[in-house]
Amino acid sequence: MRPGRDPGLLADLPRLAVLGLGAVIILAPYLWMLSASLKPGSEIFSDSLSLLPQRLYAWENFSKAFREVPLLRFLLNGVLVCAVILFFQLLFAVPCAYALAKLRFRGRETIFALVLAGLLIPAHVPALPIYAGLAATGLLDSYTALVAPFVISVFGIFMFRQAFRSLPEELIHAARIDGMGEMSIVWRVVLPNAWPTATAFATFSIVAHWNDLFWPLVVVQHEALATPALGVLFFRAEEAGNDVGALMAASVVVTAPMVAFFLAAQRRFIQGVATAGLKG
Amino acid sequence: MPEAPLPRFAAPPPARFALSEAAAAWLLSAPAMLSLFLLLLGPSLALIALSFTDWELGAGGLTWIGLGNYAELLEDRTFLAALRNTLLYVALVMPSSIGLGLLIALLVEGGKRLRATFRAIYFLPVVSLLVAMATAWQYLLHPTIGPVNRLLALFGVAPINWLGSSDWVLLSLCAIGLWENLGYVVVLFMAGLTAIPSELYAAAEMDGARSPWARFRLVTWPLLGPTTLFVVTITAIRCLRVFDTVAALTDGGPNNASEVLLHVMYKEGFTYFRIGYSAAITAVFLAVVLALMLIQTRILDRRIHYA
Amino acid sequence: MAGIAIEGIRKSFGATQVLKAVSLQLRQGEFLSLVGPSGCGKTTLLRIIAGLKTADSGAIHIAGREVTRLRAADRDIAMVFQNYALYPHLTVAENLAVPLVMRALTPWQRLPLLGRLAPGTAARRREIAARVQAAAEMLRIGHLLDRRPVQLSGGQRQRVALGRALVRQPSAFLMDEPLSNLDAELRASTRREIVELHRAAGVTTVYVTHDQVEAMTMSDRVAVMMGGEVLQLGTPREVYEEPAELRVAAFLGSPRINTLKVAAAPDGLRLGPVTLPLQAAAAPGTRLTLGLRPEAFALAGEGLAARVEHLEFLGAELLLHGRLAADESPIIARLPQAETAGLAIGAQVALAVEWRAALLFDAEGKRLRLAPQREAAHA
Repeated sequence: MRPGRDPGLLADLPRLAVLGLGAVIILAPYLWMLSASLKPGSEIFSDSLSLLPQRLYAWENFSKAFREVPLLRFLLNGVLVCAVILFFQLLFAVPCAYALAKLRFRGRETIFALVLAGLLIPAHVPALPIYAGLAATGLLDSYTALVAPFVISVFGIFMFRQAFRSLPEELIHAARIDGMGEMSIVWRVVLPNAWPTATAFATFSIVAHWNDLFWPLVVVQHEALATPALGVLFFRAEEAGNDVGALMAASVVVTAPMVAFFLAAQRRFIQGVATAGLKG
Repeated sequence: MPEAPLPRFAAPPPARFALSEAAAAWLLSAPAMLSLFLLLLGPSLALIALSFTDWELGAGGLTWIGLGNYAELLEDRTFLAALRNTLLYVALVMPSSIGLGLLIALLVEGGKRLRATFRAIYFLPVVSLLVAMATAWQYLLHPTIGPVNRLLALFGVAPINWLGSSDWVLLSLCAIGLWENLGYVVVLFMAGLTAIPSELYAAAEMDGARSPWARFRLVTWPLLGPTTLFVVTITAIRCLRVFDTVAALTDGGPNNASEVLLHVMYKEGFTYFRIGYSAAITAVFLAVVLALMLIQTRILDRRIHYA
Repeated sequence: MAGIAIEGIRKSFGATQVLKAVSLQLRQGEFLSLVGPSGCGKTTLLRIIAGLKTADSGAIHIAGREVTRLRAADRDIAMVFQNYALYPHLTVAENLAVPLVMRALTPWQRLPLLGRLAPGTAARRREIAARVQAAAEMLRIGHLLDRRPVQLSGGQRQRVALGRALVRQPSAFLMDEPLSNLDAELRASTRREIVELHRAAGVTTVYVTHDQVEAMTMSDRVAVMMGGEVLQLGTPREVYEEPAELRVAAFLGSPRINTLKVAAAPDGLRLGPVTLPLQAAAAPGTRLTLGLRPEAFALAGEGLAARVEHLEFLGAELLLHGRLAADESPIIARLPQAETAGLAIGAQVALAVEWRAALLFDAEGKRLRLAPQREAAHA
């Protein structure tokens, strides 16, 4: 409990040891996944606990993974879907958040109440009716279907509204006097001044949709449309799914981008995902 | 510098029709409101309505059957197993991740060394692709080639079929759930801890709180109260939504031992296309989530905010 | 000895030496201020006295007992923090009771409900409640006992913090800028109140502040700290009138003391072409600094010639910002309002100087004695 003094390394050792042990357990699946992706099957099935491969089999495992399923395609699908979702979320949520935060109009309280109501509903709840709707319009198994339910983020509206409220009124008044319309105020004055919120929201949104399995599993049948999360399931369904080395190689490939992204921008990530706790 | 007068710009042409503030506000909110109704509120109401029908996709007509679906749920062994398992999952994963998460947060905040490193490591599972990591866990927990059983064998423990036996499968999923949620709890508690002014600890020590435990009881725990309540709700809801690991690893088996709410809802709705029945399951899921949030706000209202 | 003895305290953070062998002795019941600019080490020293930080070397004695290696809880001290550090989840009464509860009750007796069952708890609790009540009455916060800190004004919180220190008659009070979060009016009245409480309780007190007015008005003695050292320790009058160093002279007093570059000469001190009627015990030609407080000047028929550049009207007094004709150095004079009628910017004035109040410093800033004054003519 935060003692006021800074302990020496020796006194600090028990703390570091406990945390280190926990860290090893947390990292264990990553290490074994990576290790198995480098080993030939014979070594994976042998009785050894060694992490390092005796014979490097990385090329075979990874090339098999890329051969069996279009891993690159999955990754590109993931990037595309996340980007389009984020684009629409910002396009819809930011102007609405600005109106709720800075404009006075009849109905504002009602709109905000609806937003709060939306916050309470998990994304799985509207899934069935939306699915039925997409089926009726023949839009299942398409990029549209992958993106559609997520173009509105009530959480985004909420988060941006909180951020915009703290912007000074003078800033907006000055922009109006300079001749800007409300739309340009939103994109050229208000949003650039809430940049930390925007990046936090973006990381939250990207992590959520990159990792989402439920919705792609519901709407996608064709391998060509699979996102990384769904791609893993497709791979396991293939014959190669029984090849542990190749399966681990595929897992490494789909896990790596987000992990690398995270390690590069840790602070923003943690801030984004943690502040977005309200609705995940 | 020659003092040339600045060129005068012509005044901008007056807007052809200046929008009133209210009209602008409605225009700005329109896309969001439209999609909110179309994609969230409308479908959610439709879902409640559907849960009182017997609609099956592709079967044509639909009949209002009142509480029929709900009555059937009470008899449905798979659903009851899923409900029980989901609540058990929450009851195991939530307290353990909160207890361990608080402990780790206290340890990480208890010194300066490696603080950012530990935070990043513990947080890593939160941002990792869970399906892929579940696959890695499957390998780790594999009964014959899995490193976990091999490690246990060194201590003379007979191999355990972690994901294949109905005795162990839910516990194994809980362990993965703990692994997945821990970092989230750690980060939230760390934020709560840094918000506690360090002078309070100095004051507590001065006031005679000698042991770390006394300081924890006097300062840390009460001041973390709001954070803890928030973490409890968030973690409970995250746990209620358990789906990925079940879909990827067990498909609810063996013998419904790892069946959970969202997975039954998925199977009934999207594999068997029993929309009405699946809607009733979703409604139950929604009710549990709303109940949790209600409890949270009730507790928050009753206590005085002292942040 | 009783009181507090601080012996050779050193502390470094990395390569920076924050405290360089600081030693201080406080008599039993004394009120001593540590004053200095921010970053001078005063707060670090206070936290080392409190046991919240450990010194690299040196020793602390409180009330005749060596406490260097004891923890804060075992030093029998109380502290008032700058932001008061009240427990936000506890009522005022509970806040005041914490130091007593922690000491008078065993961990078992402290347990929320079960503790009441332990033998002796009820009697102890009654005694604690009585003492809390007494301390609250003394500070006139008896009517606030059921409130929580958020429901209090800044001044009320400050009183609760004082109460938490008073309730347990410790052997020393440590105060860390306790008035800095109050508005000016409240600060003035609380200053007096703290002094009165100190007088009534008679507890040795170390008071840290960056505000020289607080230090001068409240303390028995003042320790002026800068750069991790105590430059001077003395009564408020001593450190103001007889500063040991130029830095002390410059830190105390508002507006700041005027400093003039002068050189020793056989017949006085040379300020540009002018010879001042002061004799320094220094070889002719030595460069010195002459310090003249703003109140050492008076308007007169003759004296140092100066040009008025700016006038600040303060009510009873007037601050004259000017430039000396002798060497163009800027000066500030504090003049009684009554004598300044007709002064205007740009005017030439003659400033008579109270030479007995002049302070002389060598090139290192150490104080030099003035030789016995000679009634010499000035320019």
